[in-house]
This record gives sequence, C-alpha cells and structure tokens, in this order.
Amino acid sequence: MTMKYVDEFRDPALITAVAQEIARTVDPARHYRIMEVCGGHTHAIYRHGLHDVLPGNVELVHGPGCPVCVLPTGRVDDGLAIAAQPNVVLACFGDMMRVPGTKGTPLELKARGADIRMVYSPLDALKMAQDNPRTHVCFFAIGFETTAPSTALTLLRARELGVRNFSVFSNHVTIVPAMRAILDSPDMRLDGFVGPGHVSSIIGCRPFEFVAQHYGKPVVVAGFEPLDLLEGILMVLRQLRDGESKVENQYRRIVPWEGNHAALRALATVFELRPYFEWRGLGFISQSALKLKSDFAPWDSEVQFEVPGVRVTDPRAAQCGEILKGVLKPPQCKLFGKECNPEHPVGALMVSSEGACAAYYRYASTELRVEEEARA
Amino acid sequence: MCLAIPGQVVEFHADQPALVKVDVAGVRRNVNVGLLEDGELVLGDWVLIHVGFALSKVSEADAHEQLRMLRAMGEDELAIEEVRGYSFADDGERR
Repeated sequence: MTMKYVDEFRDPALITAVAQEIARTVDPARHYRIMEVCGGHTHAIYRHGLHDVLPGNVELVHGPGCPVCVLPTGRVDDGLAIAAQPNVVLACFGDMMRVPGTKGTPLELKARGADIRMVYSPLDALKMAQDNPRTHVCFFAIGFETTAPSTALTLLRARELGVRNFSVFSNHVTIVPAMRAILDSPDMRLDGFVGPGHVSSIIGCRPFEFVAQHYGKPVVVAGFEPLDLLEGILMVLRQLRDGESKVENQYRRIVPWEGNHAALRALATVFELRPYFEWRGLGFISQSALKLKSDFAPWDSEVQFEVPGVRVTDPRAAQCGEILKGVLKPPQCKLFGKECNPEHPVGALMVSSEGACAAYYRYASTELRVEEEARA
Repeated sequence: MCLAIPGQVVEFHADQPALVKVDVAGVRRNVNVGLLEDGELVLGDWVLIHVGFALSKVSEADAHEQLRMLRAMGEDELAIEEVRGYSFADDGERR
C-alpha cells in the first residue's frame, strides 16, 4: 500500500488500520460504487490521495454537492442581468466570480464595467447596502443547507433594520431531492452514500432515512478528515457486507441527529420550496430549491428586478452532466484538460476547488497520465 | 464553499449579543452566533465558522486538528483571507 500524503495524518497507524479493515470487509468478487455526496469530500479525497488506500474494487463516485457546479448557466445569466441594471451592485462569493455565463464570467463583466463585488459573507453585502443607501445591493446567494441559514439570518436582519436597498437572488438548493433524482436515474448504479458533513449539521440525519428505507442503500454521514472519510466508507461497506441499509452518523462531534434547531427555524421563516429548479446536469428537480416567502418580497431580487429566466443549454462538447451524475470520470470528458482547465473553465466543475474536474486536474491527472503511459 | 474554519471565542459584546469576536490563527474578527442556541458559548470556546456565522461548537482538540488539516491541504491562507475579509462588523476599529 502506498500513500502520498501519509505524513500529514494525525495518526498514520490508525489510517493504515482502517484501510486494512476495509480490505478485510470487502468481497473481492464484488465491485462497489459509493457516492460521496459533498464537494468538500471530493476535494479531500483527491487532496489526500485516498483512492490509493482503497481496494481496487471500491469505486468512489463524486456527487452533486458543489454549489457552483450545479448552478445552470441560465441562472448565472439572470444574476448578471441584475448586475447590468443601473445603480446596482451585485455581491457574490469568490467561487461565483469565475463561473461562466453566456456573455462571460462575473469577473469578466466586472472588467467591462459592471459593478460586481466579492464578499465573504451575506452580512458583508447587507453592510454594503447600509453604507451605500443610494445604491441597490443584490446578493447572489448560492449554496446548500450549510449556507442557506446564513442568508436567512441576513434577510431577517435586513427586515429588522428596515434596509430597503438590499435584495437576495436566491439560488439555494437542497441536497435530499438531488439524491433522490440520482437514485431514480436509470443509468445510475450505486451501492451506498457517504453523507455530507456540514449540511447534516444543519438538517440532521433523519432526512436521509428514505435512502435506507425506500432504496435499501446505506448512508453514513461523515466528517472531512482522511480518517473520517475512511471510517465513513468502512461503515458503508460493513452495512453492505451484513445486508443492512440504515443511516449512521460518523461525524457525531459536529452533527446532531436532529440537526440545528435555530438554523431550521430561520430557514422555515424566510424560505419556501420552489415547485421545481433546474440543476446543471441533472435537469429539473421538483422541490429542490429555496425561494423567499412572499413576506420577504421587498428583499427578493426576483420580485424587484426583471430577470430573463432563459434556459441555456451547456456547450455540447462538455459532459458536465454525466460527470455530475458519476456516469463519467473527469478525464473521460473530451474537453478535460484541453479547452477546459482551471485557468479557462468551460464548465463549473472546473471552477470550484470542490468540483470533481478541478480536484482531479489538480491532484490526480499526473498520476493518471503515468498510468496511461504505463498501459500503452 | 462548505469550508468551515475553526476560531476561538475571545470577546462578547454586551450591546450586540448576536456577535462574538473570534481569533483564527491570530486574525480577530466578529462573527454572527445566531445559529447557536442562546447562552451556548463561553469565553475560550471554539466554533466552526462558515460565511461569517458560527455553525457549531467544536472541541479544542478537534479545532486544532482542523487547523492542522487546513495547513496540510494548503487552505489555511484561504481560510484566514476569508476571515480577514469579513467586513460586516467593521466600525472603523475592527471591534
């Protein structure tokens, strides 16, 4: 067993022990496909070279849990259309700045004169509105349940303070309907899931029970350290060995089974489910995204501004959708590493460090080339 | 996006109970604690921070381990840059 980054671990002996336990647990005659749902997990898996310690018949499939990766081009265009309005500042997270829309990325439009600014917190955008009362500040909100409560508290604060030159363009999405869509997809064969750590700290473990009960697949919510991830994978494999399917919590030190009540209250006060929302690669998924309730219409960018709402198909050659569903691996896309690279991303999976393509490009492509050369 | 940064609570504000000052690798900024239950924190506690909000409490040992992992993953500078970038409680003297 070789492992590139073994020196970095708190307890390399423990890593080795878990890896050996995994090797003892798997049936050598069987192939396992386990999806890590969260983009943070994908990044950690590549960064630590965890593929190297897993048996060859345990395949990790990268899931849809990367907020910018699943945002369809049409929504990027909608945000940029708001930024093009007079006297408007569009505030977005750094991850968003390089996501391509039809007419360019937010960063490129900023260079052409649009007032687009990077913020680290939705509260920064609200502060910007308070400091510039004659300008409207629109916050381009993205993220799963980890991030949505922060937007909700920011909106509650805006209402409390009576700040009227501030609005939120909500692109918040929820992970459970996306998992259901993947489970229902005919070209998807999965044996189990490593559940998202920080999302679960908000929603708890209960929302994943349908995966175990109705689809008969194990779900283990796991943390982000190498040992957490390996333990999570081991727990999934043990369930498969024993013919079980249940939800388990490897990340108990952060994830309460029932979730975070304060955060869930804030979400329920501010947001409601959209009837449907488009996900890049996965298509339209019903009740999978959050919009502002009508009480918050004065702060809802989609009420305050006219957004084009045009659906934009992805560049035909790019295979982001297949990669997002785990049907293809990043290097199997025709554009990977050629037209599409971290400097000039064609698809969003190459933008965010949590995107499978960016993670693969950065940490695994050299290794792959070596393997391919050896095979040739 | 789901980066969570460990920071230690170093100061409360009697006039702004929703904010606490945290220290992340020597950088001190205010974060919002509205996602935690009232009275959950005491001085010296560690929290995981995400986009300017404390997501949850974390043990000191886990916080140190997480900081070490961020360094190992080359992401500590990004994390510190993020915390340094929080400007919502900036009243001129970074209270």
